[in-house]
Amino acid sequence: MSSIALARKRFEEAPWQLWTSQLVAILRYELRRCLWMRRSIWIYLLALAPAGIIALHVMFNRHFDLPDDTQVLGGIFQFYYLRLGIFFGCMGLFTWLFRGEIVEKSLHYYFLSPVRRELLVIGKFLAGFIASSVIFVFSVWLCFVLTYAHFGPAGRAFIFDGPGLHHLLAYMGVTVLACLGYGSLFLALSLVFKNPILPGIVVLGWETFHAVLPSFLQKFSVMFYLKQLCPITIPPDGLMALFTVVAEPVSAWLAVPGLMCLSAAILVFACFRIRRTEISYLAD
Amino acid sequence: MTANNNAIVFDNVSKFYGEVLGVNRVNLSLPPGITSLVGPNGSGKTTLMNLMTGLVRPTQGNITVLGLTPDQPEEFFTRVGYCTQFDSFPKGITGYDFIYHSLKLRGRTHKQAHELAFEAMERLGISEAAHRRVAGYSKGMRQRIRLAQAIAHHPTVLVLDEPLNGLDPMARAESIALFEALGKEGLHVIISSHVLHEVDKISDQVVLMSYGYVVAEGQIHGVRSEVKEHPMQILVRCDNPSRLAARLFSQDHVVEAKLNSDGKGVLVRTRDADQFYLLLNRIVVDEDFALEAVAPADDDVNSIYQYLIRGGGGTV
Repeated sequence: MSSIALARKRFEEAPWQLWTSQLVAILRYELRRCLWMRRSIWIYLLALAPAGIIALHVMFNRHFDLPDDTQVLGGIFQFYYLRLGIFFGCMGLFTWLFRGEIVEKSLHYYFLSPVRRELLVIGKFLAGFIASSVIFVFSVWLCFVLTYAHFGPAGRAFIFDGPGLHHLLAYMGVTVLACLGYGSLFLALSLVFKNPILPGIVVLGWETFHAVLPSFLQKFSVMFYLKQLCPITIPPDGLMALFTVVAEPVSAWLAVPGLMCLSAAILVFACFRIRRTEISYLAD
Repeated sequence: MTANNNAIVFDNVSKFYGEVLGVNRVNLSLPPGITSLVGPNGSGKTTLMNLMTGLVRPTQGNITVLGLTPDQPEEFFTRVGYCTQFDSFPKGITGYDFIYHSLKLRGRTHKQAHELAFEAMERLGISEAAHRRVAGYSKGMRQRIRLAQAIAHHPTVLVLDEPLNGLDPMARAESIALFEALGKEGLHVIISSHVLHEVDKISDQVVLMSYGYVVAEGQIHGVRSEVKEHPMQILVRCDNPSRLAARLFSQDHVVEAKLNSDGKGVLVRTRDADQFYLLLNRIVVDEDFALEAVAPADDDVNSIYQYLIRGGGGTV
């Protein structure tokens, strides 16, 4: 039997129904944990902090200018959400998916169930991805609404007749992609390092200063892809240029699949890694 | 060692944690029934169980459970249940959810998972606490909920690491009865325990471990008869123990014959139990002794453990 025929036979004989029901069970359980655990409170605060600040600005500031506020929102998104909020939110959420179970000494229950470990990685990743996307997409939407709602007819015209709606969709899309990229990265790091905080700081450095790296290495940065998808270009002034300049831009048609491929490669690595993982809580 | 689809087979298995020895060169074939792993702390009992269930991987050698390995988790863990020593649970979970979720991972429908969860909890006598958080359970209840989770899916191999820890005497007796019943149903029940006299009562075979090595294995009586350095002790109760003691002591294979502390029997130490029983039969018939009872006095896991592991100096 040829290798293609063998692979096809294996594919057809695989217990897809069981895998699907296992995936749903993992997803439901982990999603509940991600969204409702007490540890997630700081992630909610991290996500909603800019919305709170914008709300205060709307309430107490007398001077409003739509182009200025559009630029400010773009800055909040690029400098706060992408580089801090989503980054640290995903760090907290995704590293805890496996590391948390090791700390709580409960990972062995999964390892002793008839679930392929690769499926466990996928299930936990999807739960973290959905949870982080829901939290951050909602907070970005809230920021957007608070920024433009008080402009009245001008704000409505900007959203529905101008570029506003496109901006909103782009912000939401980039947020989802950021959760995908950072999520896969932090999940894999949590399977390699006992304390993923230090490697997390290294990643933060890499993501921040990737613009000064050779163009080949830049492609291994999540921020490289995300920056080019942002709808507002922040003027490259002084040191801030380090965060905003795109040395070799690629189109959205390459940036989105590029980030997806990077995330997929990291997840494949995580799947290989978990197959070799042993339970020795004492060592952890 | 050949593949065996009805046994748990360790084929030259070693496990090292860095430079620390877990177990070394273990060759075992465990048939159905109750098998006790006995040994002091750090002897490798838990490592052996973790190896069996794939929680740790062997540095060398192969392990199969009913011909399966943990690399085929769908089939393997449908047939294996493992109650570990870790007294920990996912945060905030209730007893019912704990078992229900594990059954959902096994592909059970909501109805099946619900019924099986309650069946297991009822078997362990904790169904009344089903919807309470496990964090609020007593130690004994936590032990029982873990046991319930291990048996809920009706495994054919049940691995239990110190399952009697934290249980009160009543719960211990109930758990032992449960293990005995499962063993009689044809399951492989592998138990590690340091409560030797309780394990002794129900074990079909025993594996004695020390410093990562299997010191002895097999049926308890078989293992005992092979401990040559320590003559077997047999207690004979009869109407005239001093005359019987004098009569027995004249035999070569009888090392010692002394009156029991209550004065109603003779404690005999012999190098050849079979010869001794033949001799005893003859004496009783010829000399008209009224025999009340004859029973081995050190034919149990505890004695073998003492002889082989606690510096008794025995070898098999």
